[in-house]
Amino acid sequence: MKKYRVLIGKPGLDGHDRGAKFIARALRDAGFEVIYTGIRRTPDEIAAAAIHEDVAAVGLSSMSGGHVRLFPAVVDALSRAGASDIPVLGGGIIPAEDVPAMIEAGIRQIFTPGTKVETIIAAFTEACAQQHGQRE
Amino acid sequence: MNIPHLLQQLHGGEARGVARAISLVEDQLPGAEQLLAGLDRQRIEKVLILGLTGPPGAGKSTLTGELVGVLRRQDIRVGIIAIDPSSPISGGALLGDRIRMMQHALDPDVVIRSMATRGRLGGLCGSAGAAARIMAASGCRVVILETVGIGQSEMDIVRLADLTALVLAPGFGDDIQAMKAGILEVADLLVVNKADQAGARRLQLDMGTVFSDPGDREDRICATVASEGAGIETLMERIFFFEQLYRQDGRLQERRRRSFTLETLDWATEMVKARLQEKMKTPRFECVEPRQAALELVRGLVNEKVNYKKI
Ligand SMILES: Nc1nc2c(ncn2[C@@H]2O[C@H](COP(=O)(O)OP(=O)(O)O)[C@@H](O)[C@H]2O)c(=O)[nH]1
Ligand SMILES: [Mg+2]
Repeated sequence: MKKYRVLIGKPGLDGHDRGAKFIARALRDAGFEVIYTGIRRTPDEIAAAAIHEDVAAVGLSSMSGGHVRLFPAVVDALSRAGASDIPVLGGGIIPAEDVPAMIEAGIRQIFTPGTKVETIIAAFTEACAQQHGQRE
Repeated sequence: MNIPHLLQQLHGGEARGVARAISLVEDQLPGAEQLLAGLDRQRIEKVLILGLTGPPGAGKSTLTGELVGVLRRQDIRVGIIAIDPSSPISGGALLGDRIRMMQHALDPDVVIRSMATRGRLGGLCGSAGAAARIMAASGCRVVILETVGIGQSEMDIVRLADLTALVLAPGFGDDIQAMKAGILEVADLLVVNKADQAGARRLQLDMGTVFSDPGDREDRICATVASEGAGIETLMERIFFFEQLYRQDGRLQERRRRSFTLETLDWATEMVKARLQEKMKTPRFECVEPRQAALELVRGLVNEKVNYKKI
């Protein structure tokens, strides 16, 4: 199987990284190479790390409402850095009514607290496959 | 993949070009040889490949972050390759060394790449060596290779380095006693990190017994507190001192030749292994014993015309 590299990060100021770590481990156990950047990262830091590590997708976690501003900010940072081809997926405590605006802002997919791990892994696999398909 | 364009990007120091080039080699994609052959040899000549190895938790990543800080204050561009094991069960990996280096995340002259062993501790040497040269060609004057080192197989990766520092800390007693005998074979410098903790002084004295020459004891053991940035500048000075020495007395060149051999063998093994696995898709049950089957297989391989495009 092709080795997919993904970045899991937590933008913003809240320090609750249980969700991010849980997903990072689940992806590792599904065969991904997961670059974990830890808590309290700025969108620019996440974008720079994603580029250096040549990941095929970025996963973001938010537990305290920061997603509304921060998820789109990461999409933006990637785009400014010339890497708008790297898809961004997000999860955490995200109210259903916030989802359409996130998708509108360019987040590929949002996972709400009820989403099954298998669904998340399948979504990352698909996002990565598509990103690799675009590489010449 | 447009290789000339990629070469141009990476020689210009562009982050994305460097990153893509490393992936090309790590994933063994077509064009990898052409890319590697096109790297700036003068820059590769000049780079210092510094190995940092030691038990997990000794403070290697924190130390790397601090060394990078010292180098950046001297306006030196630096690359970091942080290697961690892949899970033997899933083949995946969780790579977290970057967390301790995030202070440099936005510096365009700090190139950080995490790498998983992908279950081929051997096969890793080729990829890591190539990644180091790609970083060098992108203008890095120093490339730091961080690896977890406690056993023999991990030490293979260390042999890629021009100079190796073994990072130790108090509280790793058993690991350290076990490796003491072989220390001088792998390490040029011993770093006693966490010098703020109880037991550091004793560890330093204990390590002193590794060297018979009192001068070496002075020069080759450094105490640091990586989490507070203490002792880092002295360590960096020592590293550059030994680099100069090794360049002058030819040891560095000799090590480069040794790592050339190691990497060549490593790639060859990878290539042959892939071909063997391909051939084994039709099992050879005409032989009653696996050893006999292996001999037949190898004989067949030697007589084969190699299709380079396929490798
Ligand atoms: N007390 C103390 N802790 C340190 C020092 N250097 C690193 N650490 C801590 O040791 C832990 C492991 O460090 P890390 O750099 O990840 O170690 P590595 O596994 O060898 O890369 C972290 O919690 C660091 O903050 C030091 O000099 N003193
Ligand atoms: Mg580390």
